[in-house]
Amino acid sequence: MAKFRETAMRYVFLLSAVLCIACVGVICVYLLGSGIPTMFEIGLDNFFGTTWKPGSGSYGIFPFIVGSIYVTAGAILIGVPIGVLCAVYLAWFCPQKLYKVLNPAVRLMAGIPSIIYGFFGLTVLVPMIQSMTGTSGKGLLTASLLLGIMILPTIIGTAEPALRAVPRPYYDGALALGATHERSVFSVVVPAASSGLMSGVILGIGRAIGETMAVIMIAGNQTRMPGGLFDGLRTMTSNIVMEMGYSTGLHRQALVATGVVLFVFILLINLLFSLAKKKEGTE
Amino acid sequence: MKRTSSLRRFRGHPAALMQYLLVHLAALLTGGTVLVLIGYILITGIPHLSLDLFAWNFTTENQSMMPAIINTLCMTVLTLLMAVPVGVGAAIYLAEYAKRGNVLVKMVRITAETLAGIPSIVYGLFGFMFFNVALGWGYSMLSGAVTLAIMVLPLVMRTTEEALNSVSDTFREGSFGLGAGKLRTVFRIVLPAAVPGILSGIILSIGRIVGESAALIFTAGSGRESLSFMTQDGFSLFAPLFQSTRTLSVHMYNLMNEGLHMDEARATAVVLLVLVLGINALSSYLGKKLTKGKEL
Amino acid sequence: MIKMTIEELHLHYGEFHALKGIHMNIPANEVTALIGPSGCGKSTLLKSLNRMNDLVEGCRITGSVRLDGQDIYGNMDVNDLRRRVGMVFQKPNPFPMSVFDNVAYGPRTHGTRNKRKLEEIVEKALRQAAIWDEVKDRLHKSAMGLSGGQQQRLCIARALAVEPEVLLMDESTSALDPISTGRIEDLILELKKQYTIVMVTHNMQQALRISDNTAFFLLGDMVEMDKTQKLFTMPGDKRTEDYITGRFG
Repeated sequence: MAKFRETAMRYVFLLSAVLCIACVGVICVYLLGSGIPTMFEIGLDNFFGTTWKPGSGSYGIFPFIVGSIYVTAGAILIGVPIGVLCAVYLAWFCPQKLYKVLNPAVRLMAGIPSIIYGFFGLTVLVPMIQSMTGTSGKGLLTASLLLGIMILPTIIGTAEPALRAVPRPYYDGALALGATHERSVFSVVVPAASSGLMSGVILGIGRAIGETMAVIMIAGNQTRMPGGLFDGLRTMTSNIVMEMGYSTGLHRQALVATGVVLFVFILLINLLFSLAKKKEGTE
Repeated sequence: MKRTSSLRRFRGHPAALMQYLLVHLAALLTGGTVLVLIGYILITGIPHLSLDLFAWNFTTENQSMMPAIINTLCMTVLTLLMAVPVGVGAAIYLAEYAKRGNVLVKMVRITAETLAGIPSIVYGLFGFMFFNVALGWGYSMLSGAVTLAIMVLPLVMRTTEEALNSVSDTFREGSFGLGAGKLRTVFRIVLPAAVPGILSGIILSIGRIVGESAALIFTAGSGRESLSFMTQDGFSLFAPLFQSTRTLSVHMYNLMNEGLHMDEARATAVVLLVLVLGINALSSYLGKKLTKGKEL
Repeated sequence: MIKMTIEELHLHYGEFHALKGIHMNIPANEVTALIGPSGCGKSTLLKSLNRMNDLVEGCRITGSVRLDGQDIYGNMDVNDLRRRVGMVFQKPNPFPMSVFDNVAYGPRTHGTRNKRKLEEIVEKALRQAAIWDEVKDRLHKSAMGLSGGQQQRLCIARALAVEPEVLLMDESTSALDPISTGRIEDLILELKKQYTIVMVTHNMQQALRISDNTAFFLLGDMVEMDKTQKLFTMPGDKRTEDYITGRFG
């Protein structure tokens, strides 16, 4: 009886582990299986074209791909310098007492739901940019700004431990050569932690490109090729949310296919991430 | 790390001064953003909190968030009921049963990492296509909960596995040495010792469930009514499972989207923020307790 | 009377040949000490007496170990074997639960549920391990609050509570201060009246003080085994003499 229970539970645990794999398997197979045939049904020319007019059979998602890349790039431009520098501050400059406040604050940022970020963007950033530029206030700049804020905790959370993991003698060595504290940190410690910093940036990219609810509030969501900094644009994620509710037939399939393109982007980013981590391990 | 904080030491080192100023500016910006964000939500939201907003039933006049709060609670419980046993079970397999270098272990690791990187909208898309459409559940709490369960599964699994791995092997040896089997050792010795870590992972998951909106809009839908056991055909125990339900986050999204009830949205934001912050604080408290336990 | 018999025991960890054909008889109700330099295989041998090596990946064992004539690597239930052959580890490893629950863990594992009976067993085991007086007022407080020496005696009590026949002690005093060590040595002398004890020790004085038989190991071989007094005064092998006189090790 006891033997039986041991064996039975072993298989129960094994089954749980297998179930985890099955989840990814089912998601991949289901999304790819319904998305890829759709792409061919629509026609690759059409699907990766520049016109999205489901009413008249045009399903070009190219503007949304570009939109996603634009806002992600914008978020990186804003979030990475601030995030990395802030991580440097936390790891090498911050007084103990302040750290006890700042560190939880950063972690708290990671826990705030994206809908609240979206709300903040809509009620603070949009009017602000509106009054500064005289445009609608919704667009690339606003979205980049908000996403830049949202990826801060992701970047800091990965970069700070990487900076802390750099062996102390590196720093001491530089200091002993007469370098200032700042020079020792920036010329020796930061380069030594570069692959860890890279992991943080890649995770940030993943977060930015996948963000949905905050972006939809502030990006404008126009279905045209993204223009300037203050023009509205639509990302792949917001395209799905905007139209999923009322779409049917090929239109709905096209939205799933949009999801597949997004999924592929994420898989590529994951691959990059594990490569960066591997590099981290070998250093 | 004692340094003279006087700016005089930067004489002849303009680059160092630059770097010094930049890191402080970045920290200031980050800290300031958190402060402004939270301050803004609280200051603009708290004046709009009213008893009407917590009325038991939703009407178009009161825009009550009470049903949404109850839905959030039910959704959380239902999701955890599915995700925790599977996640903890899988973690037990990885940490206690699988041999090192096992192919399955590698596969589970890779899939967990993949799952963790998928944006919630992709989960929502999948949930909608699979549970709502293919399985015909329609907009339903069940469909939302299963989708969320898949979403938080890697989080539960990873934190549990880490917690199990941090339990000292001497406990396991001690138990085996007394003639206890694997199962008893796992359930009586290893799991209890890992509880704070597992709990902190579960609470983190609760935070994600409560804050989630993109994965829910098209799976659980945005039904505003309170959960009910009554259907057209009379009483059914499973009726709430198949009811369209909006959680607090989705409720807030709808309020904002309609644009007619921004004041109510502000108030909802306060409740949501306080809820999520409380959950996160609890999680890091338990996490700290775990690291303290290790020092013993 | 012979309690355990080891014949032609070989043990491999992957490529590494850790035990090379050990033959040994362990007499009942006596203390047998295993000595030798680090990595000589004495701890490995101890662990193969209650099959704790089963937990190590890539470990292969050939030959036989018999407990009262019964092959422990045959069709004996491993959990039952570990009940009969208890073990006390190098570092005290009380479970993170109360003193009472620690001692009751073993009996509960083997099916004792009756509360009165458990109380009896726990008290008896704690008395046998000479720690009852120190913990009787805090039975239901965490065992982690005890001192190192108390923890180790608690672990001994925990091992005794399942009424084993053989007690394996793997350098069980090496992590303790001299006073705690002394108390545990006294305890071992007391316990051998009822139990067969096999101990690994790095401390030759300790082997001399409390063991009846001593076996000397070197590089996976058992060089020789004899009555402790004889082995330490007139070793039969040059290598044993070199070791006990401190010329290497």
